Formats: sequence, C-alpha cells, structure tokens
Amino acid sequence: MKSTRFDFLLLLAGLMLLWQLVHWLVGPDVLSSPWATIRRAAELIATSTFRDHADATATAFGIAAVISIAGGIAIGLWLGLRRFAGDVADPILGTLYSIPKITLYPIILLIFGLGVSAKIAFGVIHGVFPIAIFTMNAVRNVAPVYHRTARVLRLTPLGAAVTIMAPAALPEILAGIRVGVALTLLGVLIGELFASTSGLGFALIRAMDVHAVTDIMAITLVLFVFAACVNALLRFVERRARHGG
Amino acid sequence: MTKVGTTRAALILSALAALELLCRVGIINRVTMIPPSEMIVSLWSILRNGRYNADIFFTLYNVIAATFLAVIGGFLAGAALHALPRLRRPLVPLLSAYYAIPTFVFYPLLIVAFGVGRTALIVMGAMFGVVAMIVNTTLGLDHVPPVVAKTGAILRLDAARQLLLIRLPSAAPHLVTGIKLAVAYSVIGIVAGEFILATEGVGKRIAYAYDNFDNRTMYGMLLLLLVGVMAVNGALSGWEKRLHRRFGQR
Repeated sequence: MKSTRFDFLLLLAGLMLLWQLVHWLVGPDVLSSPWATIRRAAELIATSTFRDHADATATAFGIAAVISIAGGIAIGLWLGLRRFAGDVADPILGTLYSIPKITLYPIILLIFGLGVSAKIAFGVIHGVFPIAIFTMNAVRNVAPVYHRTARVLRLTPLGAAVTIMAPAALPEILAGIRVGVALTLLGVLIGELFASTSGLGFALIRAMDVHAVTDIMAITLVLFVFAACVNALLRFVERRARHGG
Repeated sequence: MTKVGTTRAALILSALAALELLCRVGIINRVTMIPPSEMIVSLWSILRNGRYNADIFFTLYNVIAATFLAVIGGFLAGAALHALPRLRRPLVPLLSAYYAIPTFVFYPLLIVAFGVGRTALIVMGAMFGVVAMIVNTTLGLDHVPPVVAKTGAILRLDAARQLLLIRLPSAAPHLVTGIKLAVAYSVIGIVAGEFILATEGVGKRIAYAYDNFDNRTMYGMLLLLLVGVMAVNGALSGWEKRLHRRFGQR
C-alpha cells in the first residue's frame, strides 16, 4: 500500500515535469506552466463567480447522475432478466452508446432551450446507456448455479433478488456506474459548453473566446482532479463489493 | 431472419413511424425537428448535388488520420504500459477519469500551435481517441493466456515475433474494441473542434445550418454523420464478436 502511494507521487512528479518541458517547448500561448496553472486555479476557487459556476455544474451533474444511475439500472435489470427483450435491445443499446452524442446538441437545444434542463439531458444521454449495458450483462452473467441455489433454498423471487442476485451482480453494476458517472460529467460539461449560460463548461467557453490559456488550463485541472476523485471513490466501493461479499 | 432480428427491426421501424407521425401532426413542431422522411430526402439531395462533398471528405480524411494516429500511438503506449506495471498501476485511475473531461477545450490551444485547419483537428481527434486504445491494449495483453505465451517461448521466438505472432492475435478481440472506441472518440473530438472553430467540415456545416435555422441541411448532415458512424461501428462490432468467438475468451 505504501509503495503504491509512493509510485503515485512519483507519477505525479513525472507528469508535472513532462508538462513543464512541453510548456518550455511550445510557449505560454499554447500551454501555461504547471505552477502558474495551479496558482491560477487557487485564485479562481477563491472567487465567488467560480463558486457559482461550480455550484451550477455540481447541481446539474448530481441530478443527471441520479437519473442516469436509476434509469440505467432499471433498464438493465429489465433487459437482463428477460432474455428475449435483452437480445432484441442489445445492439440498439450498443449503437446508442457509441454514437457521438455531441452532434445532437442542436436537437437538445431546440427541445430544451438554454438552461439547466438541457445540461441534465445531455448528461443523461451520455451516462444512461453504459450503465444499462453493464447492468444487463451483470444480471445475465450471474452463474446458473446461483439460480439453482435459490430454487433449492425455496426463496421467493424477491428473496432471491435481494440475497443472491444483487450481491452477485453488484460489482459489475458498480463498474457500469463508474463508467456512466464519468460520461455523465462529460455530457453535462458538453451541455454547458454549447448550450448554457452558467457552469464551469460555460466558464471554459468564455475563457476560450478570449484565449485565456491559464484560465482554460486551471478550470480543466480543477475538473480533472474532481473527476479523478469521484473515480477513485467509486473504484474503492467497487473493490469492497467485489471482495467483501 | 430470426425472431429476435424481426422484432428488433419492427421496434426500430415503429419508433421511426411514431416520430414521423408526431412531426406530421405537429406535436413536434418543424422548428424543433423535421420528419425523418424529410431528413432522408434532404440527405439524398445533399449527396446528389454534391454541395457539401468537400466538407464530407474533409471530415472523413481527418477522422481516418486521427484514428490511425490514435490506434498506432495507443497500441505502442499500451504495450509499453503493460510491460511497466509500476507505472501502470498509479496511472490507471487517471486514465479512467480522462473521459469525464471534454478534452476539446484544449482545441483553441492547438489552433495557436498548428493554425486553423486540418492539423489541429486531427491532433484533437487523436488526443481524444488514444486513451481508449491504450486502456484496451493493456486489457487485451492481460488476457493473453499464460499457455499461449509459453508456447511462444518454447518456439524460441524473439520478443518482436512473440508480440506480433503470439500476443497480438491473442489480444485481438480487445484491440478491436479499442479501435472501435478510438473511432468513436476521434469523431467526437473532430466534430467538436469543427463546431467550435473551423473553416469547413461536417461539424462546421451542422453548426452553420443551426445558426441560420436551416433545419433541412442540419438534419440531413446529422443523419449522414450518424449513419456513417453507425455503419463503421456495426462493422467493427461484428468483427469483434467473431474474434471473441474464435479466441473463446472473456
């Protein structure tokens, strides 16, 4: 464990060094230095405008993530438990997952208008399909011996679902949630970039318009650290579920 | 056709028919969406009179170039990472957070570096696609069964041949998954770049048509892009499935 942490710090130091070298190579108009970026990020975080934008993004992301997870699990469970419906839907879900949803921004804008609902919709269309696909596969891949065990123990369908199927499928479903939540954040940010007047995505597009390199880098850094922390947290929960049960 | 296939086709067709009906009756107004049949007509006329051929080939060329760079670069980086577990372990969480961030916010910086045009878009697409290829390459190499690797050693193949003749085919299903995702993400990177700032390209046309309330062109071009992506994705998915069956691994 200790050596893992050391390796991680080593990696961070290496990445910083690489970043600094690229900065020297291409100049400050293309890439701000790590130090300048971190300092700018700290300055930004202290301002109330930034916090308002961060609040707006966090709210939209939170709502979108809840809808993606609930919707994805509901769709995935239903399709996973019904073989035929699952077979019919499988390639359709795969296609919906892989189409570049950024191209749909004009449609989302026309339907929802500028604002928070457009961002949430964007987050959900990015996040819901991977969660549905992972959940469906998780339920389908539960070993047949578990189904037989449930029958032998004469469990009711609900009892079987709670005590046997859920723990067996949980790690896969959590992996799906991890992927889906990351893509939900991407979706919300894309929504803010193209279809919003608030949030960190909007702050980014403003910084892009005036070519404020350090601001672009600083906001992205903050977002990346946030995404990495959420990811690490979900990874931890997933590992507990995999080995704990 | 099998029962599953027939049901799926019926489901998709009835969804399209419902959409067509909603548009025709006016529940979905024309400003929001034109009926699917008119999208097809618009797409057909765009292809026939060749008005946007230059844009279509511009984007197509960029996507091919970006995917090529992402796949080659991602494979090499993934193979290197697989060989260096100490570097890989701490890097994995960062790689999986990569797709939570819209990397194309760096596009303006690429424009400063490369100017407005093809190069910045290709680099953008490759940057967005490469990580999917890296992740899937490492996963694919993880799944090479030890017995297959041992066979290579017994045959006394050198390292390059072992990689090319033994490990590569064995990891192929995951590599195709990587290619499939690299295509999808490269398209996203490039089209996003074209939305933000470009002089030509499919994304540029869509954004321009949107700004000018030209719904026919917008939906025609959108349909072209989506059908193109779905065709490539479908073909690669089919290949992926065949490889999975052939190498019989998870």
